[in-house]
Amino acid sequence: MAQPLGPGDARRAALLLTPAYLWLTAAVFLPLSAMLFFSLLSDAPFRGADWRFTLDNYRAFFATDVYATLLWKSLRLGLTVTALCVVIGFPCAWVLAKTIRGRAREALFLLIILPFWSNSLVRVFSWAIVLRGNGALDWLAGLFSSGDVRLGLLFTPTAVVIGLVHSYLPYVILTTYLALQAIDDTLIEAARSMGADRRTIFRRLVLPLSLPGLAAGAVLVFVPVVGSFMEPRILGGRFGAYFGTVIEDQFVAVFNWPLGAALSFILLAVVLAILSAAAPVLRRAQGAAA
Amino acid sequence: MAEVSVRDVSKRFGATAALDGVSMDFADGGFCALLGPSGSGKTTLLRVIAGFVAPDAGAILIGGRSVARTPVEKRDIGFMFQNYALFPNMSVAENVGFGLRARKVGAAAERRRVAEALALVRLDGLGDRRPHALSGGQKQRVALARAFVTNPQVLLLDEPLSALDKALRVEMQSELKRIQREIGITTIFVTHDQEEALTLADRVGILREGRLIETGAPREVYNAPSTVFAARFLGDANIFEGRAEGAVLRLPDGTAVRIPPGSDGAAAFAVRPENMRVSLAPPDAPGVDSVRGDLVQRVFAGAMTTCVVTVCGRPMKIVAPDREVADLPEAGPVWVSWDRARMMAIPHP
Ligand SMILES: Nc1ncnc2c1ncn2[C@@H]1O[C@H](COP(=O)(O)OP(=O)(O)OP(=O)(O)O)[C@@H](O)[C@H]1O
Ligand SMILES: [Mg+2]
Repeated sequence: MAQPLGPGDARRAALLLTPAYLWLTAAVFLPLSAMLFFSLLSDAPFRGADWRFTLDNYRAFFATDVYATLLWKSLRLGLTVTALCVVIGFPCAWVLAKTIRGRAREALFLLIILPFWSNSLVRVFSWAIVLRGNGALDWLAGLFSSGDVRLGLLFTPTAVVIGLVHSYLPYVILTTYLALQAIDDTLIEAARSMGADRRTIFRRLVLPLSLPGLAAGAVLVFVPVVGSFMEPRILGGRFGAYFGTVIEDQFVAVFNWPLGAALSFILLAVVLAILSAAAPVLRRAQGAAA
Repeated sequence: MAEVSVRDVSKRFGATAALDGVSMDFADGGFCALLGPSGSGKTTLLRVIAGFVAPDAGAILIGGRSVARTPVEKRDIGFMFQNYALFPNMSVAENVGFGLRARKVGAAAERRRVAEALALVRLDGLGDRRPHALSGGQKQRVALARAFVTNPQVLLLDEPLSALDKALRVEMQSELKRIQREIGITTIFVTHDQEEALTLADRVGILREGRLIETGAPREVYNAPSTVFAARFLGDANIFEGRAEGAVLRLPDGTAVRIPPGSDGAAAFAVRPENMRVSLAPPDAPGVDSVRGDLVQRVFAGAMTTCVVTVCGRPMKIVAPDREVADLPEAGPVWVSWDRARMMAIPHP
């Protein structure tokens, strides 16, 4: 399939890729460089403040274990939310791709996309209304049991997880849907004709073939969730301190941009390290399942 | 292994009747070919037998028992898909071994039987390839090996050899025939190649618009088709249609053609192209009939030459050894003749 590129092909490819590279430079490389620059300063270079280059901001991370603890907490949050999104999203995607046809599928798609169209802040606040004591959820639970029910979910880690899963679930559903959609139905029929039961078909055929989509969805969830700050702040209350909220504080409350930038870079490095460690595992899983 | 009975099966997809009251028995260990134009329901019939689609009406019996409640995976079938349906995430060997592993035959037996099956389809040594790195014909042979490697009770093949070149196809045909005979699997295969159907099958069924219009032994169906459609579809046929007047058939232009005795009420008469001869003068032999025609085309095709002669405004095809027609002109008036005994009376249109 892959053919060696001729010199003409290479030139044409470079030409076609130029806009993409320009865009990457403008949208990713420049802001990141600015951030890197900030993270190496002793003070934000505003209001005529004195500044010099230093690594103190990175040292600050290791000076106390507060940051590491919060980072660990954020990573656990990322894992929990990603796992929940995968567990909930995969069956949804399966139903969408393989069991529902026509109009009903379009309607369901709309319902899944709908959260994307609403403002994320509005979405999170509406969860606050649902989850707060005496809120919608308590009222609903009260209908099914006697007495006054106080679930009191708001301002708990659970509330944060619920809000985040709700926000990010569509990513997993959509990427997995695309992967499942690409699996020809006759493959599954062929497996059945050879006597394979549902579990075998799932393990040896469906899962390996949808793994790329599932992994893409998981990455799309994991990365932003680890750095999330809005949902923890609004739904987490006094449990709402995460690595992302600390970074946000540096930018909007404490105005310690250099520290915020340094913490961001540490987060970026950790996330990249996790993803690159996960890549070969995923690849092996895909091969081994076959 | 098991005989398969299709009892009055119908299946509609929206407005199309893909199958319309089809009944057919497939003998235990038999080798049956299904023929029919595109869209006539061949694949659908195989899929109903396999259990991928439930019939709207009618029943499928395998080994004498209705399989209405038996899911595909419990029917012990081998199914080869028209599009091969090879698993892209598995190697050739894993594809072929998939059904064996599902049957838990053990790693050693799996390896041995996969190797045997791959050898049978002439793919030894390609076990480690992925399907995307195979040619069309190689994919088809993997799909074939995968279908029969488990020694199923019933083998259902949807155009199993269509992508192969002539030499390989002939080789695979005899291989298929041998495997089928050796293991005695009841086999039903769909083909567009009538020659393949006639050589391989001990029974053929012809489908048209969801109806089974003809079944029988290949020779029987070839020599005495009961419909004009079947006569045309299985092998070529030169059709004579007109008004029967006693012992003769009056063609539309007034020409009289003798018809075999006892063919009252036949809808049409037909003579196979290889049973006709072309000559400059009408042959004078007992039992030979002839009509005047216009030679319009002569196509040399190696051993045989095909002549197209317009008889009574309609093209007729005559296939003859080249030396017999070598001294005919390129075009012009000729006589077309045939043994009266070779004229087939066809009861239905
Ligand atoms: N899943 C389906 N949904 C709707 N219509 C279908 C479906 N499967 C088959 N049909 C229709 O049923 C008819 C028979 O189809 P089938 O695939 O059995 O034909 P076939 O004889 O195998 O043709 P071919 O030689 O082209 O493979 C066709 O008109 C087809 O359009
Ligand atoms: Mg078909």
